[in-house]
Amino acid sequence: MATGVAAWLPFARAAAIGWMPVANCPMPVAPRDNSKRQDELIILNVSGRRFQTWRTTLDRYPDTLLGSSEKDFFYNEESKEYFFDRDPDAFRSILNFYRTGKLHYPRHECISAYDEELIFFGIIPEIIGDCCYEEYKDRKRENLERLQDDQEENKDMKLPNMNFRETMWRAFENPHTSTMALVFYYVTGFFIAISVITNVVETVPCGSTANQKDMPCGERYTVAFFCMDTACVMIFTVEYLLRLFAAPSRYRFMRSVMSIIDVVAILPYYIGLVMTNNEDVSGAFVTLRVFRVFRIFKFSRHSQGLRILGYTLKSCASELGFLLFSLTMAIIIFATVMFYAEKGSSSSKFTSIPASFWYTIVTMTTLGYGDMVPKTIAGKIFGSICSLSGVLVIALPVPVIVSNFSRIYHQNQRADKRRAQKKARLARIRISKSGSANAFMQSKRNGLLNELLELTDKDEAEQKLTKSTSVIEIQHHHLLHCLEKTTAHEFVDEQMYEQNCLETALQTYTSRSPSVSSHDSPTGTCCGRRGKRNTPLPNASLPSTHPVPTHQSPLQELSALHIQYGEPPSHMASRSNLNLKTESSSRINCKGGGRITTAIISLPTPPALTPDGDGLHGPPMRRPPLPPAIPATPSIQTTASSAGLNIVKVSAL
Amino acid sequence: MLSAIWETEGLQTVGIVVLVFASIKLLHLLGLISFSEDSVEDELELSAVRHRPEGLEQLEAQTRFSRKELQILYRGFKNECPSGVVNEETFKDIYAQFFPQGDASTYAHFLFNAFDTDHNGSVSFEDFVMGLSILLRGTIQEKLNWAFNLYDINKDGYITKEEMLDIMKAIYDMMGKCTYPVLKEETPRQHVEVFFQKMDKNKDGVVTIDEFIDCCQNDENIMRSMHLFENVL
Repeated sequence: MATGVAAWLPFARAAAIGWMPVANCPMPVAPRDNSKRQDELIILNVSGRRFQTWRTTLDRYPDTLLGSSEKDFFYNEESKEYFFDRDPDAFRSILNFYRTGKLHYPRHECISAYDEELIFFGIIPEIIGDCCYEEYKDRKRENLERLQDDQEENKDMKLPNMNFRETMWRAFENPHTSTMALVFYYVTGFFIAISVITNVVETVPCGSTANQKDMPCGERYTVAFFCMDTACVMIFTVEYLLRLFAAPSRYRFMRSVMSIIDVVAILPYYIGLVMTNNEDVSGAFVTLRVFRVFRIFKFSRHSQGLRILGYTLKSCASELGFLLFSLTMAIIIFATVMFYAEKGSSSSKFTSIPASFWYTIVTMTTLGYGDMVPKTIAGKIFGSICSLSGVLVIALPVPVIVSNFSRIYHQNQRADKRRAQKKARLARIRISKSGSANAFMQSKRNGLLNELLELTDKDEAEQKLTKSTSVIEIQHHHLLHCLEKTTAHEFVDEQMYEQNCLETALQTYTSRSPSVSSHDSPTGTCCGRRGKRNTPLPNASLPSTHPVPTHQSPLQELSALHIQYGEPPSHMASRSNLNLKTESSSRINCKGGGRITTAIISLPTPPALTPDGDGLHGPPMRRPPLPPAIPATPSIQTTASSAGLNIVKVSAL
Repeated sequence: MLSAIWETEGLQTVGIVVLVFASIKLLHLLGLISFSEDSVEDELELSAVRHRPEGLEQLEAQTRFSRKELQILYRGFKNECPSGVVNEETFKDIYAQFFPQGDASTYAHFLFNAFDTDHNGSVSFEDFVMGLSILLRGTIQEKLNWAFNLYDINKDGYITKEEMLDIMKAIYDMMGKCTYPVLKEETPRQHVEVFFQKMDKNKDGVVTIDEFIDCCQNDENIMRSMHLFENVL
């Protein structure tokens, strides 16, 4: 029952009294309406805009959000209203649906936004009224096509584990995938062009030889042309066979239009080879050569515009059919009229109705060759009517075809444009995303630096460190921190990761004292710092038991340090402080041990070029006199931080 | 010589031209071609008769509904029929929505006539509300009166068997095809016979208003069922 007429239910029930006298048996008991709710006004607050309506209005459609008890979830006790955090403009049409029973689609609304609103409020889009339904469907289809284009682009991504056949097929279909494919593409294009030009030049008169008058080039230089033709056909045959081999579904490939064109293009040559000597069919053979012109259609693989044109013609088939049909009708009518009108005049060219067809076609398409002209007055009158109507008949279906072509062409352009813009867009999105990842790194170091500088009682630096981070950021960072603790690995940013990788790769070649690290194991358990190291390390999967990682990990981890600097003079002092603290830095982040989570100091990890690499790789705590062991002065790069403070990156270089 | 040729040619031309014009006229007559743009009539019919009901106080006085009830009724009424009156088509549509399985149009037609007390072809809000007032808040006498009025199709004061048969068929039509037990052709007729057995005291083939009311008041079931819908609103 359409609940729009729910308001009339009392009436229908009352009218049922009309059945009572007729009934023979007692009636069932009427349901008691216990919840005798007086009709009340409901306030719907949608993002600040207040809508009010009767409760019964909303109750009309009980299977939607507003009509059911689902809206109680949105009830705001203090203000006694239902609050929805949605778009108020879109809500208008939704509320109107309850009021009038008809859902309208506002044209200025984005289709996906509107869809989302409908889904949220539990209304199916199928009940959109007839006035707006077509528009809605059109927009939805457009949107879908757009999304499909996007998805298709994703398919271009390289799939791993493609065998040779699949690679070849992809190369054929999309020449931009590899250089080989591009070369192949251009070579075939070149040979198609050569072949077509050869066919054309073959027929040009080449000048006379001694014994004969002008003969076409084809007959004069038979051998040369034959060789050219053979070469081209060879290439085409090879290409066709390769495609056939690479096609995922050979049967489907053989039925496709392009492959048929390929076959038709090369078949005449082979047929010609087979039956050169048979005179009976040489006439047919000549006809077959006409099919060589089909090679020009092979260009459609190379040109997107051609493909679009072909697709347009296919999609406008009905309009074209109509055009042809109406033209045929008009031609027959006018040819008949012209024939009978010109019958009287002598020496008339209009000998029969089919003969008049030619005149009619030439006139209707406004060609007007003038080889057939009417001579009688009646003929001239009808001839003029014919040419006028020809213009009309042809001009009518053409705009439909044109608009179709334009739509498809623009769609294609859009797809290409989007593909080009996509790279730039993705790059920009990646940059902004990495910004937030860097924030975490930043705050980590800030945190450590905080603790370090607390140690060193640097009041001024402390003040500078209090960068205001929002509550959400703090919580988010805490979450990431917990994850680090859980997995016993840590986050690092890209540069460090790459650096680390480089260093790992280089350091694997240098000998190292494994003994040192093995003693570090006891510390490895609780704090992530010592024992469990970075994920980025390719071979650092396990904690301290692995000598190599433990060696490098402190170094990798500590290979860069962001220290906020107050003033340059204290630069040396703080660094030495930091260096002294290297001992304690071994127990970094081990809050349980009562140690200080001091700054991670960059221990220079020079590349393996330096011979005394060994001496540097020992963990700090084993080699207290470390400062002198730092061979190269760590380069200090001062980069201006976003907070305006100088961040000194003491890195190992 | 020349004139002879011209004569024949000219005649030919004239003949053909006449033919052409005649055919165009014929087509115009047949309505396939129209020459002037204005011949397309404005099909905008005059907007439906608008009707504004009497004031709330008057209706309150005339019917047994409270102010609030009248408000609710009017809002529902106006929502379905924004112009303020219901014509028979709309009435049938609305009523048909309550009985989707069967065909409620015949019964709706009778109902419409029962509500349309002034027989002007449309049910205004006053008619609507008066009818409801009787049905929901009226005395038994009034209700029975109303029912009699419904059955008496030609409003002559007598219910004949034919009238009753029409009403019965209309009621059974609302059931539709899919019933249990299956509806048979003679079921309405049998029902009418039973009805007349009960109601027609003097066996004259018609039921008068007095016979009707008397009989109904003596029938327990009917009395009870009259009170059935009192709390509808």
